[in-house]
Amino acid sequence: MVPRRGAGWTPPRAGCIVPDVEGCRGCGGTVIRFENVGLRYGTEAEVLRDISFTLLPGSFHFLTGASGAGKSSLLKLMYLAHRPSRGLVTLFGRDMAMVTRRDLPELRRQIGVVFQDFALLDHLSALDNVALPLRMSGTPEADVVAHCTEILRWVGLGNHLHAKPSTLSGGQKQRVAIARSVINRPRLLLADEPTGNVDDGIGMRLLYLFEELYKLGTTVVIATHNEALIRRFDHPRLHLDNGRLMVLPARGSRAHDGRTGDARAHDSRRE
Amino acid sequence: MALRPVRPRSDLPLAVDPSSRFLGWITALMAFLAALALAGAMLVSDMAQRWDSGLAGGLTVQVAPMPGAPVAPLDERVEAAVTVLRAFPGIRSATVLGGGEIARLLEPWLGSGATDPLLPMPRLIDVIADGPVDVAALRLRLTSAAPGATLDDHAVWLADLRSFAGAVRLAALGVVVLIGAAAVMTVVFAVRTGLAIHRPVVELLHLMGATDRYVSRQFERHVVSLSLRGGAIGLLLAGGTLYGLYRASQGLRASLLSDLSLQPWQWAVLLLVPGMLALLALATARWTVLRTLESMP
Repeated sequence: MVPRRGAGWTPPRAGCIVPDVEGCRGCGGTVIRFENVGLRYGTEAEVLRDISFTLLPGSFHFLTGASGAGKSSLLKLMYLAHRPSRGLVTLFGRDMAMVTRRDLPELRRQIGVVFQDFALLDHLSALDNVALPLRMSGTPEADVVAHCTEILRWVGLGNHLHAKPSTLSGGQKQRVAIARSVINRPRLLLADEPTGNVDDGIGMRLLYLFEELYKLGTTVVIATHNEALIRRFDHPRLHLDNGRLMVLPARGSRAHDGRTGDARAHDSRRE
Repeated sequence: MALRPVRPRSDLPLAVDPSSRFLGWITALMAFLAALALAGAMLVSDMAQRWDSGLAGGLTVQVAPMPGAPVAPLDERVEAAVTVLRAFPGIRSATVLGGGEIARLLEPWLGSGATDPLLPMPRLIDVIADGPVDVAALRLRLTSAAPGATLDDHAVWLADLRSFAGAVRLAALGVVVLIGAAAVMTVVFAVRTGLAIHRPVVELLHLMGATDRYVSRQFERHVVSLSLRGGAIGLLLAGGTLYGLYRASQGLRASLLSDLSLQPWQWAVLLLVPGMLALLALATARWTVLRTLESMP
């Protein structure tokens, strides 16, 4: 269970699916909207073509596709590492074409990212790695230590607060990366193959952890090719095939309860 | 051996950069040179000031012995010159120096031979003015009343002295400016190298929401820490060198050189050198990082 934390942590109110200290700002809006987005690197052919979809607040999606299908590139567009070569991207209601470089940090702080290779800083302890987003946002140091200690305990690393990443196992590193991605209460959580480097047991535990966050209102997108996990958790898929996107609904009959959110996509292959 | 920044935790592992191994020591060398240049300028200024104040407002009349010439004896001509001087407007006093004082003045050049009574020594009159003196008119009066008398108003000495002191100050300023420029270039190089080495980490910090100022503060703390420590070491070395020069100059104090020691306020000026270098490093690091990051996505 996600711990209740001090002044820095406010669980979302009942019925509000977007954690937001200012209230329910995100309700009813869209978290991400792509319209006819294309991405190419340099003069190469487009790796993403005509991508169109909308993610509503509080939704959970798997992002699937074969290796090289463009999952990582799509995630990079979503966490603002790249700008699209064409098309419209809006994030939290803001047109990214109109966003200046100066505005990017504020937007990026609302996105938590779990990188495929963890991207932990080797010279920092687990606690200092997790503390990075808080320190960037100017949280008082006493709160930083308290919150990071608590969240590391939550992910089962209470005895490894001061361990350097090089001394941690793959699963432990992954949990540090996850703790770091959620410490700032992001509105959007993106994970790139979070179970790729861990065994099935740990992978399952990590997915339950993402589910907890999703139930608290965070919009979650997980890129994976682990079919066993996808079958275990009944969520819709954003499926990439050769740079084009289609939405595959959840297999089960579970009706959308208002917390599942929605993804509306134009299957470019059907057009 | 590398100077390590004092702060143990930094999001960027700058302490292990190759440039960090040299930045502290380069700063120490710069602080050493800057402190010596400033101290040299202040010492020369003090010396020039002392000479200036000693010579300004003073005149020297020299009455040379003229053996075989159809003139009055030396004592009579000295007496006549003193009479003229005391009656001249603007002159406060005129004192004839004794043989012992003249010998002491000439000792650096002639050694103990200056006291040889067989040596034809000129007579010197130390004149102190308390107002403007018409040097040309006084010179005419003296040569007519006391043949062989010459008047030295030290104008040439003073002009040369002031020019020398000004040149030394200018040179010291130039050295300090050059050291500052070298410090700026060193910091720019070190920061750009650090940014290139740690670009993946900087990009990661950006993706997590770090502002450019957040990143630049990491570099600022790093270079300020190294600069302060390097500057302190350089200042200590400069202090030791100045003390050595002071000790070495003590043997010369009685004659050519005056005291080569600094006043407390001058030491305070030197203490500012590490701080100024650190401030320069901070401004340079901030400017370099912000300018470089502008080109990143």
